[in-house]
Amino acid sequence: MVQKYDCLIIGAGMSGLAAGIRLGMFGKKVCILEKHTIPGGLNSYYKRKSYLLDVGLHALTNFSAKGERKGPLPKIFRQLRIPYDKFRLSEQIESKIIFPEHQLTFTNNIERLISEIHQSFPHETDGFIKLIEMIKTYDALSLNDGYLSAKQVVGEFIKDPILKEMLFTAPLIYGSAWENDMDFSQFVIMFESLYLEGLSRPFGGVRTIISSLEEKLNSHNVDIRYRSGVKRIITEGVKAVGVELLNGEILKSENILSSAGLPETMNLVEGIAPEFKTGGLSFTESILIFKDKPKSFEAESTLIFYNNDKVYKYQRPDTLVDFSSAVVCFPNNFEKDDLKEGMIRITNIANFKKWDMLDRKTYLAEKENVYQKAVGLIKKLYPKFDQEILYKDVFTPKTVKKFTGHFDGAVYGSTEKRKDGTTPFKNLYICGTDQGFLGIVGSMLSGISMANLHVLMGDK
Amino acid sequence: MNPQEVRTSVVEIIADIALDEDTSNLKDDVSLRDQLDLDSMDFLDIVMELKKRHKIEVPQEDFPRLATLGSCVEYLTPKFIH
Repeated sequence: MVQKYDCLIIGAGMSGLAAGIRLGMFGKKVCILEKHTIPGGLNSYYKRKSYLLDVGLHALTNFSAKGERKGPLPKIFRQLRIPYDKFRLSEQIESKIIFPEHQLTFTNNIERLISEIHQSFPHETDGFIKLIEMIKTYDALSLNDGYLSAKQVVGEFIKDPILKEMLFTAPLIYGSAWENDMDFSQFVIMFESLYLEGLSRPFGGVRTIISSLEEKLNSHNVDIRYRSGVKRIITEGVKAVGVELLNGEILKSENILSSAGLPETMNLVEGIAPEFKTGGLSFTESILIFKDKPKSFEAESTLIFYNNDKVYKYQRPDTLVDFSSAVVCFPNNFEKDDLKEGMIRITNIANFKKWDMLDRKTYLAEKENVYQKAVGLIKKLYPKFDQEILYKDVFTPKTVKKFTGHFDGAVYGSTEKRKDGTTPFKNLYICGTDQGFLGIVGSMLSGISMANLHVLMGDK
Repeated sequence: MNPQEVRTSVVEIIADIALDEDTSNLKDDVSLRDQLDLDSMDFLDIVMELKKRHKIEVPQEDFPRLATLGSCVEYLTPKFIH
């Protein structure tokens, strides 16, 4: 007999897991379908040689202290009914934006960034304060805005082109599917989550978040099926009625929530030629594990947004990797350090198609080159760095494709977002990165909102 | 159920939604929105929990009647008896 569900969720990433919890909580018969053997999607984890490693998440955005009720994080805790203490959040020390002739430091207190801007760009202080006030009153979660260029809006407040570039690095690389600019409402979300609310790390990294979500799913009897890739979404007229798995099994459902991405989801619907834009941005990430903590070579920052030029090029490079910019993450450098060894993660912008064309031997050699460049950057930033490397690994855009399933390894998905989650099919909805909320907190919120709006409220 | 029991059931629901809040001293005449910063998503949860636990339906136009604990009790008590 064919199984019939109230809702099928495609993808056990952050949004799919969160959506599953909401639906399970209210008695829906739900099944989450995941192509891989573990949950998390882009934000995942693995173990090699007894070292525990995270993929994706550098830091959790949208920090809020215990007892605070406003903001996305308390909302997620309430909606998923996870107690605040479960994540054991530890705040960032400080993060830096480093350009050739300027440097800005920010912490979880916006006053620090204001005073840094006041020192380096005194004429811009008033504009920056006005920008903050405007952002605080802007309704970024409205589900029906069109595209508005963030660079254009911010340009009305910030005149210095270098300061503007500096302020855009973190929001772009932590969430933008667009090159060199982003939708203003998405900029607002990123600005609030990075600069106003701030960064923290759950004790134990992304595992802690994923295992909390899994625990909740189990308590609500939500099925998660691993190694269950979807071959196609079955439709009858304008209605989606179920899916066929890669192994040929057919599952029927009233609703389908897909976190596979907008072009990727439409590609699964039989007879539909994908007409949605594919995002072009992908990354490499080098991970280094060594014996001593970063403090031993005077690395005290949590994140470094490094750029070797006056302009920040957030775009697909013509080469395999753009080494002119990088994000350097020090997972040890939070208030509490929960790691045994020292660790550094370095992210570079990369070109999926170039990586995809390489033969096996060149691919491995290029991975080694990315790693060597990463070490070179650390030595440049921290001349005292001289650690014996215990373990190293490099992810490429091909790895991103494997974990996200996004066409072209597009980390942040398509440049077309569906804020209301709707598709041309009546009961097929998008959640996750292509719905348009950004970051790990954004994806959980996306799963929650779409489950509420289309399945729980649609029910009434 | 008498009004006191209805109040207890509503507070139980709120305590499950707002896990980190102390719900033992909620005031009956101050809006839940102001006391606990509950938003529309949370009110939706209260409504769904009423349905799940007590088979009580609250139509959307009646959501404002859940604004305070006092108004919840007044509105829900007849429904609990039914």
